[in-house]
Amino acid sequence: MASTTVTAGPGRSRRAALPYVLLLPGLLALCAGLGYPLVRQVVLSMQEYGLAQQFGRPPEWAGLGNYAEILTDGYLWTVVVRSVVFCLVCAGVTMAIGMGLALAMRLMSRPVRLLVQTGLLLAWAMPVLAALTIWQWLFDSRYGVVNWLLSHGGLGFEGHSWLLEPLSFFFVAAVVVVWMGVPFVAFTIYAGLTQLPGEIIEAAEVDGAGPRQRLRHVIVPMTRPVLLIVGLLQVIWDLRVFTQIYVLQKAGGVTRETNLLGTYIYRSGIGEGNFGVASAVAVFMLALTVALTWPYVARMLKDVDS
Amino acid sequence: MSRPVPRRTRIAVDVLGLVAFVACVFPVYWMVNTSFLDRRDIRAPDPTWLPIGGGLDNYRRLFDGTGFVGALGMSLAVTVGTVLVALVFAFLAALAVSRFRFRGRRSFVIALLVVQMIPAEGLFISQYKMLDTLQLTNTVLGLTGLYIVAVLPFTIWTLRGFVAGLPIDLEEAAMVDGCTRMGAFLRITFPLLAPGLVATGVFGFIQAWNEFTLALVVMTNAEKRTLPVWLSTFTDVNRGTDWGAVMAGSTLIAIPVVVFFLLVQSRMVSGMTAGAVKG
Repeated sequence: MASTTVTAGPGRSRRAALPYVLLLPGLLALCAGLGYPLVRQVVLSMQEYGLAQQFGRPPEWAGLGNYAEILTDGYLWTVVVRSVVFCLVCAGVTMAIGMGLALAMRLMSRPVRLLVQTGLLLAWAMPVLAALTIWQWLFDSRYGVVNWLLSHGGLGFEGHSWLLEPLSFFFVAAVVVVWMGVPFVAFTIYAGLTQLPGEIIEAAEVDGAGPRQRLRHVIVPMTRPVLLIVGLLQVIWDLRVFTQIYVLQKAGGVTRETNLLGTYIYRSGIGEGNFGVASAVAVFMLALTVALTWPYVARMLKDVDS
Repeated sequence: MSRPVPRRTRIAVDVLGLVAFVACVFPVYWMVNTSFLDRRDIRAPDPTWLPIGGGLDNYRRLFDGTGFVGALGMSLAVTVGTVLVALVFAFLAALAVSRFRFRGRRSFVIALLVVQMIPAEGLFISQYKMLDTLQLTNTVLGLTGLYIVAVLPFTIWTLRGFVAGLPIDLEEAAMVDGCTRMGAFLRITFPLLAPGLVATGVFGFIQAWNEFTLALVVMTNAEKRTLPVWLSTFTDVNRGTDWGAVMAGSTLIAIPVVVFFLLVQSRMVSGMTAGAVKG
């Protein structure tokens, strides 16, 4: 960078220290607020730290005991599988709807496209808690609009309680997650599509490629980088859903049958004071996230270097 | 695309667009609509589609011993504190990263990216323990501290982009004309950076205002709840949730976010892909 040219001269050593001084406050804050807890989390995960320790008994070293415990715990594996399935379903549906909308937006008439974009922005802007209460209210068993509509369609949904059954609980949760996730996907892919040179798609059309072939052989390959990143982000975000599940559980879900990783950590750690085991699960979740994230980080690094 | 879209395709696609519009907007409309209705209309066998004959009763009830006002104050304190501190820290760090070459720069940038991916759920146990040891649970200071480090990586990352986007030539020209390095920076670069600072600050505001998980873990005292936690307990009552008041509360919580989001959205979309903080 050009500024390096100014560093020569009498004040050189002071100049060389300047970037570190500028970094210091932020770096210290990050170390104290993220770095230290991260280390402590790993330490905690190797300690026997339960209720007795809450009342002052020093924690005992457990080594990998907590990990052995969770890895042999059938319930945790249920939670892991449930989290992964829920995450993949939500991410998949969000991507499909978002991609579909982005493709459709290119073909829409101008006023309709503007309407869609306004609507997407509004849904995108909704705070997660507001979105959750809205959907709870829409799915309310007695006065909710969804049951009213379904009953009037002759499906007999009067008084149906959506959150009681695990499967329909996750359906409602997925509706909220997808509803909040689609705008970002649709906008980002649409932005990617508008970068495509129209001539190439036209050329494919002239050569006799139908809509499906154009999508498969021209549009998807050319927008692949955007699709990959957006898809990866969805997976990461949907793996760590906590708020949605927690709030819906409080609204009437059966906790044990609807726990995902986030709520499991919360309930065993903060709820039952089982900090050692909860930390081990959290470390496991962190490792999973980092592994999933790596391709994304590697790609962003290329941008930084250039 | 230059070629006209066939008529039938366009009609089909437009219908699809209208369906998508309704799916996006109806839930939000329903929130606002319900917030104006009185209890009788809300509990009628058939939904009331327009808030005709409605009023502000639900809003009035909110300010009447529901804890909304206290939670609003708590949210404002935490959010404003977070934005101010995070902006100052991030601004300095962004300068360092984008205007200097130094040993460790690359590692710092990598760390920023990785840290943004850490889910709050993966750390809140030990963050809670840390605050507990420092006796900072249920304090504005404690939660603000956690929020600052939560938004800091994204804030640095975005500001870095804004700073790097400003040509250094202008600064150098001012220095040739006799400005000191500091003077050139303050007079030339800083004013150009103001929109970026505002956009980034607004984004930090939205993050802190919406955050739920850490607030739930750290603010266990009912008096110390922030708005999202307050809202979640407000619907908790299983029998006979006061949907009118809940929707009024949701509307009030959503308004500042929607306004701010629409203001900075175009500026931030590229940043959103860069920094994965939504969520």
